[in-house]
Amino acid sequence: MNTLSRYRIILPVVSLVVLLAATFWMQPRAMSYFGLNLLFNLAVPIALATMAQMMIIMVNDIDLSLGAFVSLVACITATYLLDTPVLGLAMLVALILAYAAMGAMIHALELPAIVVTLGMSFVWGGFALFILPSPGGASPDWLRALMTVKPPFAPMAVVASILIAVVTHLLIIRSALGTVLRGVGGNTRSVARAGWSVLKLKACAYGLAGFFGVLAGMALVGLTTSADANIALRYTLLSIAGVILGGGEFVGGKVSPVGAVIGALTLTLAASFLSFLRLSPDWQIGAQGAILILVLTARLIFSRKGAET
Amino acid sequence: MTDQAPAPIVTLTEAKKHFGPVRALDGVTLAIEPGDCIGLVGHNGAGKSTLVNLINGGISPSAGSIKFDQGDDALSAGVRSVFQELSLCPNLTVAENLRISHHELKGFGWRRPARAEIRASLDEIFPDHGIDADTEVDTLSIAERQMVEIAIAFAPRGTEARLVILDEPTSALDAGIAGQLIAHVKRFCADGGAVIFISHMLGEVFDVASRITVLKDGKIVAESLAEDFTREALVDAMGHVAAQEAETSGALQSFGPEVVRTPQGLAAREGEIVGLSGLAGHGQAAALAQLFLSRSSAWRSSKSPDVVFVAGDRQRDGVLPLWSILKNISISILKQGSRFGLVDTNVEANAASDWKARIGIRTEDTNNPVLSLSGGNQQKVLFARALASTAPIVVMDDPMRGVDIGTKQDAYSMLRSEAARGRTFLWYSTETEEACQCDRVFVFRNGVISAELTGADITEEKILEASFEMQQAS
Amino acid sequence: MTLLAKPWIWAWGAAALTFALTIGLTSGRGAGELAYAALSFGAFAAIVGLGQMLVITLGPGNVDLSIPATMTLAATLALKAMGSMPGTALLGLAIALAVGFGAGLTNYLLILLLRLPPIIATLAASLIYQSLAIWSNRGLRIKPPEALADFATGRFFGVPNVAWVGLGLAVLVWIALERSVWGRWLLATGQNMRAARLAGVPVERVRASTYLAVSVFAGLAGYLLASFSGGAALNMGAEYLLMSIAVVVIGGTSIAGGNSNVPGVWGAALFMFLVISMLNSYGAAAGLKNVLTGAIVIAIVIAASTRKGRK
Repeated sequence: MNTLSRYRIILPVVSLVVLLAATFWMQPRAMSYFGLNLLFNLAVPIALATMAQMMIIMVNDIDLSLGAFVSLVACITATYLLDTPVLGLAMLVALILAYAAMGAMIHALELPAIVVTLGMSFVWGGFALFILPSPGGASPDWLRALMTVKPPFAPMAVVASILIAVVTHLLIIRSALGTVLRGVGGNTRSVARAGWSVLKLKACAYGLAGFFGVLAGMALVGLTTSADANIALRYTLLSIAGVILGGGEFVGGKVSPVGAVIGALTLTLAASFLSFLRLSPDWQIGAQGAILILVLTARLIFSRKGAET
Repeated sequence: MTDQAPAPIVTLTEAKKHFGPVRALDGVTLAIEPGDCIGLVGHNGAGKSTLVNLINGGISPSAGSIKFDQGDDALSAGVRSVFQELSLCPNLTVAENLRISHHELKGFGWRRPARAEIRASLDEIFPDHGIDADTEVDTLSIAERQMVEIAIAFAPRGTEARLVILDEPTSALDAGIAGQLIAHVKRFCADGGAVIFISHMLGEVFDVASRITVLKDGKIVAESLAEDFTREALVDAMGHVAAQEAETSGALQSFGPEVVRTPQGLAAREGEIVGLSGLAGHGQAAALAQLFLSRSSAWRSSKSPDVVFVAGDRQRDGVLPLWSILKNISISILKQGSRFGLVDTNVEANAASDWKARIGIRTEDTNNPVLSLSGGNQQKVLFARALASTAPIVVMDDPMRGVDIGTKQDAYSMLRSEAARGRTFLWYSTETEEACQCDRVFVFRNGVISAELTGADITEEKILEASFEMQQAS
Repeated sequence: MTLLAKPWIWAWGAAALTFALTIGLTSGRGAGELAYAALSFGAFAAIVGLGQMLVITLGPGNVDLSIPATMTLAATLALKAMGSMPGTALLGLAIALAVGFGAGLTNYLLILLLRLPPIIATLAASLIYQSLAIWSNRGLRIKPPEALADFATGRFFGVPNVAWVGLGLAVLVWIALERSVWGRWLLATGQNMRAARLAGVPVERVRASTYLAVSVFAGLAGYLLASFSGGAALNMGAEYLLMSIAVVVIGGTSIAGGNSNVPGVWGAALFMFLVISMLNSYGAAAGLKNVLTGAIVIAIVIAASTRKGRK
């Protein structure tokens, strides 16, 4: 085992630092409060969505409905939560419970998570269209104020990302419950043998994913001030990429919340960086795919080296 | 039972466990009292793991009863197990793994007591272990993982460990560490704990056990204080006491040139039946799979393959469950007679009906689903699949597991006649009787060949001797 | 009894029922038009569905998420090469199929060399295909050559030409699965890859050819769809991700692998189109249509799993 494979956080940190350095070198003006704010503007909802995806990957599943789910939350936030806050809040809570139920169902009936979540993406998307057939709505004022607050020293997006990383680290890595949840991904049988209900644990992981998905949708509306039914569809891919970039593994319960937040920041920054490069926006999506493949290649090489020594 | 004796932690009365027609455990009566250290020995399939799983609550008995002195189940009675296959969560740290089986650890300050508890347990059992409670398990060596698992089993975990079942606990440990464990087990039992100790190292068993229980064919065939046994008596009790005369039919036969030679030392000549023996899980299956994979390809396929494989773990390695008997037989010979890449259904059907008759698959129609057959007949399908091909070398991974005696006899004679025609067989068997039918036997222990026996040397005693480590453990 | 035991009968039955319900609304008028439309649009879903079916047959974890991107890329490059010039239809077809082949090869190499789960490999690769398509398309909508457009929208014996292509492909896939050595290998690999390998099946060759096949099918579907709808659009493949998986699952193919169902894919493709048009004719909003589509897919996955459980 070498250092790189032991401390899986190194690779994401290095990626972010290199990208950040390159951005500053290209565009020195970005090295300011305002510049950073611009660079990481959309990082908060992406980081939250990445956390949601991480909860699912942690228990060895994958969620292809997250983008549609975040869009639905955004639509509810921009309409019901604005007009009738109590009803809006109740709907969001119901969505979290629906996510938990989805996890319980996938486990109890041994359904393939890919197909179920792909189907659910249409259900969420359908509800979103139902609520907001055309782009519109507005952000509740308090949410808008929260997302555009200007804390001293560092811009909101950076402060919020650090906060998200700390909270989820405490929740998933430090807490007693998070440990058992990661255990489900690591060795389900041994967790079950120790007397835990895997059904409840899976429901809990999916419920957490729903909770962070709700936060992601709300944060997105706070930034964009309006919503539409397709607003966050690409979050499905972004969130998976963020988890993987952050050092998470697809199976085995190996996830790193701090790494995943860094992964989400890297993805956000990559988009800004590419526009500085005057690379046409055509390549934005492709660059994300290429980064994902590059990082996975790098990781494979390091883990091979680690296995040799 | 007299009033003075301490109440047994667990009492089994005529406990039986049947898996279908297989009697894994056939009426076992056993009481384990505080202070007992029971050495449980027996050959493959004697029922050791079934007995262990009954005691730790993994399975419930088909008949008979299990009673605990405290609570209704194994967990509340303080029964802990260390399994042969590792059951830690590799992605968690040592202390976090303790948390998985320690339900009392809650709240945000749980890490400190968890660390302290696992450290104390490790320190007590394995002084100078050098394992940090905060390292992730998958960065530890196999031996260290085994130590962690043992330490977790003995840790208090909010209650108290009263009966610890150790199934081959020293298989990954070196002699020094194993000695520490044995010393701890003795201390633990002296303080009123109980241990069930399973090991293929007879020296260890004699060293640690106060009582030795010998299982054979799902029954306790001998049970006594450890000092009442000699090693020879123990080996005798495990095997057939009346040693049968080995048929030395192979002694005069002559074989062709050597066709298999692995770096490990496994070798076979044309027309030879080579047996692989020893206790289960000591590297035989891996050696055979390795041999097969190295001599076949995942990219090319040939009309006349070099090697074919007969699986013993039918579910994992053999049967294609959605298919008919016919398709299961023909999968390895599809290229015979195929034109334009299309299967020649005549060749297929002929091979299936031919082998159905030759090997005696009990079915009316080979188009019936393969799962409609009994286990023994499914095994015949796998034999037919391999033998229908033209491959000169046949690799068999314990193919007679859970097969009735009739099928076995059919298969033995089939093997003999095929070998006489120049086919080479490599045959791993968990049953010593079967190894005795081979022309040459390699005995495996801890992943390496510990003995090569030929001719009159192929006897049950010699195989058992080579399977068990006879030296003193420490 | 034996007919009811065939998994594909349910997909065809459901298609017939929705057909009747839709026609019932107009009391019989427009039946011919509806059937014609179902065959045309169903053909595209059937073509990609057949490819996805082969991949899903490979067993758990195998799925190709790059189908939409491959369709778009193949269509864009083919139409660009043809440049609406007459007589270039075959050139365009060759390019579309070559793009499919290249995408399939890339996907498989990512799976093999980087040891990625197919979901991640095809997902990451699809982002790149998508970018390539955007870059080469530049927002222009190039019309297909007239003759090709006529072919794609035309009919033969009253059946749309694209449906003939889809039917021909279905027959081909059926023969490959039911009669060929390769099909046996694929089905064996899907039931138990380890057992198949130990029985001498060249499992890696099977996996490689399957991932190539699905992408080539996607390339063909993209080419036909663009010709049919008068040009390639960047989002033209979007709906075919869920569609390709849905028609496989509804068609009675086992998600656990090793068991395919060719007729079911066609039945399910017709059913999916007919459901949407039924909801349209009952005046359902777009949102409701999506909710019902997703719900139907999930309901069928649950039904399939409980049916298996009872056995």
